[in-house]
Amino acid sequence: MSALLIIFVTMGLALWLGLQARRGRDMNLEQWTVGGRGFGTLFVFLLMAGEIYTTFTFLGGSGFAYGKGGPAFYILCYGSLAYVISYWLLPPIWRYAKAERLISQPDFFAHKYDSRALGVLVALVGIIALVPYLVLQLKGLGIIVSTASYGAIGPSAGIWIGIVVTTAYVMASGVRASAWTAVVKDTLILVVVVFLGIYLPIHYYGGLGPMFTAIDAAKPGFLALPASGQSISWFDSTVLLTALGFYTWPHTFASLYTARDERIFRRNAIILPLYQLILLFVFFVGFAAILKVPGLTGPAIDLSLLRLSAQTFPPWAVGIVGAAGVLTALVPGSMILITAATLLANNIYAVFRTDADEATISRLAKWLVPVVALVSVYFTLQGGETIVALLLMGYSFVTQLLPSLVCSLMERNPATREGAFAGVLVGVAVVAFTSLTHMSLATLLPSLPTWVHDLNIGIVALAANVVVLVAVSAVTQTRQAQHPLSSAR
Amino acid sequence: MRGIKWLALLPFIGMLGGVFFVNQVTPLVLGMPLLLAWIVLWVLLTSVIMALIYATDPANRDHIGRDEARSHEAGR
Repeated sequence: MSALLIIFVTMGLALWLGLQARRGRDMNLEQWTVGGRGFGTLFVFLLMAGEIYTTFTFLGGSGFAYGKGGPAFYILCYGSLAYVISYWLLPPIWRYAKAERLISQPDFFAHKYDSRALGVLVALVGIIALVPYLVLQLKGLGIIVSTASYGAIGPSAGIWIGIVVTTAYVMASGVRASAWTAVVKDTLILVVVVFLGIYLPIHYYGGLGPMFTAIDAAKPGFLALPASGQSISWFDSTVLLTALGFYTWPHTFASLYTARDERIFRRNAIILPLYQLILLFVFFVGFAAILKVPGLTGPAIDLSLLRLSAQTFPPWAVGIVGAAGVLTALVPGSMILITAATLLANNIYAVFRTDADEATISRLAKWLVPVVALVSVYFTLQGGETIVALLLMGYSFVTQLLPSLVCSLMERNPATREGAFAGVLVGVAVVAFTSLTHMSLATLLPSLPTWVHDLNIGIVALAANVVVLVAVSAVTQTRQAQHPLSSAR
Repeated sequence: MRGIKWLALLPFIGMLGGVFFVNQVTPLVLGMPLLLAWIVLWVLLTSVIMALIYATDPANRDHIGRDEARSHEAGR
């Protein structure tokens, strides 16, 4: 009971802090991070370290390490590669957005291609991609509540509690994220993960080396990539997909607009890869669980970190671990919810109803929050996917925006608006088709070699996207050249 | 030193290409499976490489230098 108590108290605290932030009574980060003061730098360092952690890394990462072994290492790769890309990708986006005073991701595409239709499509893709991302946060919340209750609260009930709390948090804190909540979240998660990642291997095995030796003895080859399934082909294509798609999420896009100077992106590219190493602690927990909490399969692998904690520590300590997990799901979850609702209101509804005023749109966005929440609960209750699989699904959708994005940044945009539209549509269609029908390349084209079957579907869709983009652009380019005035829409 | 920016390709080669050669568990390096240790190494190298690129990139100098560098960048 005490574990659950701690968790509910934490949720209450988060709600209270959110309300305080909305009333303007929030922590003044400026006081803590004034340049030159050593304490301030350490503070920023800790904050950034904590930001790495979301439900995906905390529960999903440990779960994937527990359930799949070596393939989980992809999570360590894609961030670093994304940061390399960001060095050259982000500054031009930022410059254009600043010059055109853009606010959202769809704005960028709509302006660059002079096409409201493309803007609407980009908004739709963003929303579709955000749903699995939100679902995984809800799944995490459900797991935490359920485990902390030591089975008293079932997983479904846990999910409903999770969504109610998340929606309440959004309503309480509004658009302004609470700095206090971020500080509490980041500090707590960092402490919890580092502690678990060091303590559990030592407690159960006497150290890292002995732990990995024991796992390798019990499951030979598990800690490397298998020959099929999550093979090298899967690994490379998945790392590539997620590295390319890292900055194509609607909320990441919008937040990069707020940077004060483009050099920040380049500097981050140096430091942020190092923060990825903190993921190692999460992996170690998942690995420690393999031989100590055996038998979890399928989507249940996401339970491994919490189950192991419940097995090792007294209830109050489990409560603290759970509390960290709650905050890690609540904060990103609420941000995703707000982003999706805002996209629907601002970038879809407002495009068609040009007479709608700011107040109407804001009110619509607020009421769409519970709507999006309910839709996500529906999908969450359907179950069946691991947290990692859910995020990869989101990536498969959102990365389809990259080709037209990159083209638009070139000196002479080789893509036309028709080409961009068609490319995105085809890419999304491929992913949607295979997801809904639960088919894969293996079932559709069984005669192809294993390495092709193992390719991440998002990459396959991306390839189709590019082909269509190039083809359609070529055709519409000639039409545009022949009728220069017809490009006005 | 315009050529330095091509170093940025190395993390891709190291992580995506390297797996073909280090896809094994033993020998353990610093207690970690070889594959994991290889990736950790490349994460560190990525940071080093980006630091090098940043330091030699004319676009990162102060305002006066930056405007001059802009005309260089446009040609890239």
